[in-house]
Amino acid sequence: MIEVHEIVKKYGENNIVLNIEQLYIPKGQCFGLVGNNGAGKTTLFSLLLDLIQPTTGRIVSNNIQVNLSEEWKPFTSAYIDESFLIGYLTPEEYFYFIGELRGWKQNEVDEFIGGFQDFFNGEILGRKKYIRDLSKGNAKKTGIIAALIGNPQIIILDEPFANLDPTTQFRLKFILRKLLENKETTVLISSHDLQHIVEVSERIVVLDRGCIVKDIQKSEETMQELESFFKDKISLT
Amino acid sequence: MIRLLQFEWKAFLRSASYNTHLFIKIILALAALYLVILFFSLGFGLYFILEEQGMKPFDVVNRVLIYYICIDLVIRYFLQKMPVMNIRPFMIVNLKKNTVINFAITKTLFSFFNLVHIFFLIPFSIVLINKGFNLSGVFSWCICILVLIYINNYLNLLANNQDVFLYGLISVVCIGGLSEYFGLLDISRYTSPIFYNMYTGKGSLIVLFLIIVGLHYVVFRFYKKNFFLDGGLSIRTRSVHAGDYSWLNRFGTTGIFLKNDIKLLSRNKRSRSTLLISVLFTLYGLLFFSDGLEVYENPTLHIFAGIFVSGGFLFTFGQFVPSWDSAYYPLLMSQNIQYRDYLNSKWWLIVIATGISTVISSFYIFFGWDAYVAVLTGAIYNIGINAHLVLMGGAFIKTPIDLSKNKNIFGDKQAFNIKTLLLSLPKLVLPIVLFAIGQNIFNSTTGYLMVAGTGILGFTLKQRVFKQIEKIYQKEKYKTLKAYKAQNNF
Repeated sequence: MIEVHEIVKKYGENNIVLNIEQLYIPKGQCFGLVGNNGAGKTTLFSLLLDLIQPTTGRIVSNNIQVNLSEEWKPFTSAYIDESFLIGYLTPEEYFYFIGELRGWKQNEVDEFIGGFQDFFNGEILGRKKYIRDLSKGNAKKTGIIAALIGNPQIIILDEPFANLDPTTQFRLKFILRKLLENKETTVLISSHDLQHIVEVSERIVVLDRGCIVKDIQKSEETMQELESFFKDKISLT
Repeated sequence: MIRLLQFEWKAFLRSASYNTHLFIKIILALAALYLVILFFSLGFGLYFILEEQGMKPFDVVNRVLIYYICIDLVIRYFLQKMPVMNIRPFMIVNLKKNTVINFAITKTLFSFFNLVHIFFLIPFSIVLINKGFNLSGVFSWCICILVLIYINNYLNLLANNQDVFLYGLISVVCIGGLSEYFGLLDISRYTSPIFYNMYTGKGSLIVLFLIIVGLHYVVFRFYKKNFFLDGGLSIRTRSVHAGDYSWLNRFGTTGIFLKNDIKLLSRNKRSRSTLLISVLFTLYGLLFFSDGLEVYENPTLHIFAGIFVSGGFLFTFGQFVPSWDSAYYPLLMSQNIQYRDYLNSKWWLIVIATGISTVISSFYIFFGWDAYVAVLTGAIYNIGINAHLVLMGGAFIKTPIDLSKNKNIFGDKQAFNIKTLLLSLPKLVLPIVLFAIGQNIFNSTTGYLMVAGTGILGFTLKQRVFKQIEKIYQKEKYKTLKAYKAQNNF
């Protein structure tokens, strides 16, 4: 589904923030990305969404090279940060807007978001508030659910668990698992919370200073392996 | 206190705008210098100008002062920055609340908006004394006006963010001015004795001093009471007013964006002020068509007025097109959106607004059909040519707009780059040149026809032009995203 070929992202001459030789993400996979601050997680996601330009290399999504054609947009959606929200809309209006862009009618959107009443916990819908006045957690909930509208085949979520309350984190995991059941949707998430990401993902990739240092299929030992990796970084420094 | 001053200085030196092009700095410095010189020379010259017109200068000034002070308050409301938002980081550090608040209030006292008046008041007072006015009287008058200016400063601090206050003030000024003009009610007749009393009596000086001391106390208390995150430092939440925009659905994809843009315009402070200003643009033509001033009676300048009158929205909103969406530009760039649809909806918005301005301006018919023909021609040219030009120019203006704030509404500092200057030249100069050519060869009708014809030509080429504009946006995309990101983070 997604192929990354020899991607390098440099700022200036020597500052390489991302350097990935090969990465292939098959359809229907839940792909988890971990790494410390500055490891290049958001850079990789931004490259996938053609928000920044690679210095060299190419990213191909569903046979479309993302920086040459815009045809990947109809089947891709993402929530990276608050800049994906429109502050002066109410959550409902925002959902309708995204729905319209993806060819959904209002009643289809209503029906879809109606299924997330639990997740919203009564704090999003029908509150007559603009998104800019929502708390950080509630804004994030809005953004995540909006990214699911319109049956996208690829969903990219940058740190979806951060800023959510514990109950909502569990609900989000449930939602993601359900989404992955049909093996049609490819989900890419990043997180600093090893527990959550290991639980949800089938495959974990560890980035360190722009390079892939681990690429593991989830197993019983994954959690331990990751923990020891990040712990060892303390003794190294 | 001194440490706080140091922070201020650093904030100034390190602000994003400080490091921009030298050109902008020079422009800003020149603008400030221009204002200072203007006030200064007015201070010296006003007395003699009024005298030459056969009026009593001091009386006239005292009559106009009420408007001067009201307008000063309106301008402050739009442009003067509030000190409040900078307070946040100091809330929990080891500083007395009183120190921080006093610092914030004191800072506003040295604002350009206060100081610039001194450049008028002092030379004017000197002239008054020279002309034989009583020294101590002039002195007290001058101090009183200065105190009034500072009262404005405090009032503005209290009124920040209260739209009701602004509209109230504007309508008072408008109604007062109009009724005075038509001789219905002479507000200034009641206020001028008050100002005159500042010269003759000492009582008003004492009263004003008491008022300003009281105001300082009120403002201090106001800030102190609101010195909490959920108090005055929080951003006020407005209740939602949901309109029904489903009638826009018939415009298809364009309609989706139009709906959004209407919400953008109506729900954000900065865009609301833009709308207000574009309405004021329609009045700009009065200078040209009412035959009030001889300088403006040149028919070539009428087409210039026509462009401005119908194009208020185009110039104030259109100039900054992608920037209005800067806060969520990454969303637009990764969602299922084609540049064509996005630009098309902005184009429609400009066209609709130009149409509305043209209809509003139909009152120019009172000044003769010729005036309205100039407005109509301007509208055609605006839709055909200028709408394309502003959209094209927008791709190069990478100044993010903070929708919730109201400052810099008369054009962001960074918006002054050479590319935009180049692009705004044909917006104004080309139609004037076209008109002048037509007028000189045949008559003014030919001039109007040439301008309108160019507009229609531009309109027919819309598809082709849009393709080019799309390419420019495509090319500038990454730079734009980066520029907007810098603002969103801090």
